[in-house]
Amino acid sequence: MVPFAGWEMPVQYEGVIPEHMAVRTRAGAFDVSHMGQLHVDGPAAQAFLQSVLSNDVDRVQDGGAQYTLLTTESGGIVDDLIVYRLSHGCFLLVVNAGNRQAAYEWLKEREPRGVEVRDASDEYGLVAVQGPASLGLIGLGEAPAFTHAVGEVAGVETMICRTGYTGETGVELMCPAEDVVPLWNAVLERGVVPCGLGARDTLRLEVCYPLHGNDITQETDAISAGLGWVCALDTEFTGRDALREVKENGPERRLVAFVMDEKAIPRQGMAIAGGGEVTSGTHSPMLDVGIGLGYVPAAQATVGTGLEIDVRGKDRHATVVKKPIYDKER
Amino acid sequence: MAASESYPDDLRYHPEHDWARVDGDEAVLGITWFAQDALGELVHFEAPEVGATLSKDASYAEVESVKAVSDVVSPLSGEVLEVNQKVVDEPETVNEDPYGEGWLVRIRIADPSEADALLDVEAYKAHAAEQ
Repeated sequence: MVPFAGWEMPVQYEGVIPEHMAVRTRAGAFDVSHMGQLHVDGPAAQAFLQSVLSNDVDRVQDGGAQYTLLTTESGGIVDDLIVYRLSHGCFLLVVNAGNRQAAYEWLKEREPRGVEVRDASDEYGLVAVQGPASLGLIGLGEAPAFTHAVGEVAGVETMICRTGYTGETGVELMCPAEDVVPLWNAVLERGVVPCGLGARDTLRLEVCYPLHGNDITQETDAISAGLGWVCALDTEFTGRDALREVKENGPERRLVAFVMDEKAIPRQGMAIAGGGEVTSGTHSPMLDVGIGLGYVPAAQATVGTGLEIDVRGKDRHATVVKKPIYDKER
Repeated sequence: MAASESYPDDLRYHPEHDWARVDGDEAVLGITWFAQDALGELVHFEAPEVGATLSKDASYAEVESVKAVSDVVSPLSGEVLEVNQKVVDEPETVNEDPYGEGWLVRIRIADPSEADALLDVEAYKAHAAEQ
């Protein structure tokens, strides 16, 4: 167990690699109840969210969800989050545990008349069930990604969200905090493998989902991070002008994915020759090589470019690859 | 398949969780069950070169799991005669058999008296239990 954003979290149950493989080949469950839930309600809630979030929230219907960014005036990232539209004027934002306070305060300070922002994190439990066999094991049918509905899983009434952080099909089950232990136990009883933070990190890194605090921060902008696709630059939101400028001029550096060409494992903070830096690195259980994400000058960001990474004093060769690093379809 | 906890009584142990199997003027070195269990499944062994000089208590290699990297400390001074290529190719061998197939290097011992300063199995077990 390790301390994480005020919670005691398991890094692993059986082991990072078997848990990772369970999610890629069958099904794994993550207790991510530490994540934050912010309710944003009121007649002006949608207009308010449109003005503070990078993506176009007007495109989200009741029962829909959207990946988006809470951005600063200079285009930095306060947090990346998923916004769920519950009904007209009722939104739920699921934010990173480490940014719960920052995101809440950011919104609260800007809350206009006709909007109420409320931190409801302690009222919710959250269990992610992910993997090709996940839906069948817990008795759910398929549904489009980024939708949600209220339903029952193993006798527990829960919000069933078609979202995740692994690159696999699956759901995130958001339920009242008092129901999360029975829900977790029921999911495991159906043969889903419990997974810890370690596998959560290797899974998200194989599919190049950024981790706030590592790959994206208030000092990095969305365009350089490759998140231009969640920035609706034709809408008005905080930081839009700064992001437009980065886009028009072309970013000076870019977040790239890379694979090691020799036996070495990149880690966060390692220098990349030419002025770059590794922001996330690990050993890929699926590919059995070192993989990572890092910022490099734009000239080094083209797929196929060779990189030299300083792995504890030794220059190790890597190659920039297309995202995602691991793709089921390839 | 990870091995179950064991500490053979024919080995000498270093408090940094390394072992030596002394045979005349040579020794085979590895990491203990405790060390591999703390790291989890190994995915990389950064081996020394054959011919490299090892100093007692200094790092001579690295072992790395998904979670963490750890220096491997030499229990004895000497010269590397052989590196276990099986562990270079399949680092998880250390988890499966830390005292057998999962040995790391074979060395020529520089100073046989150094082995006397290492822990015997009972002293090492007591040390590991305190960690």
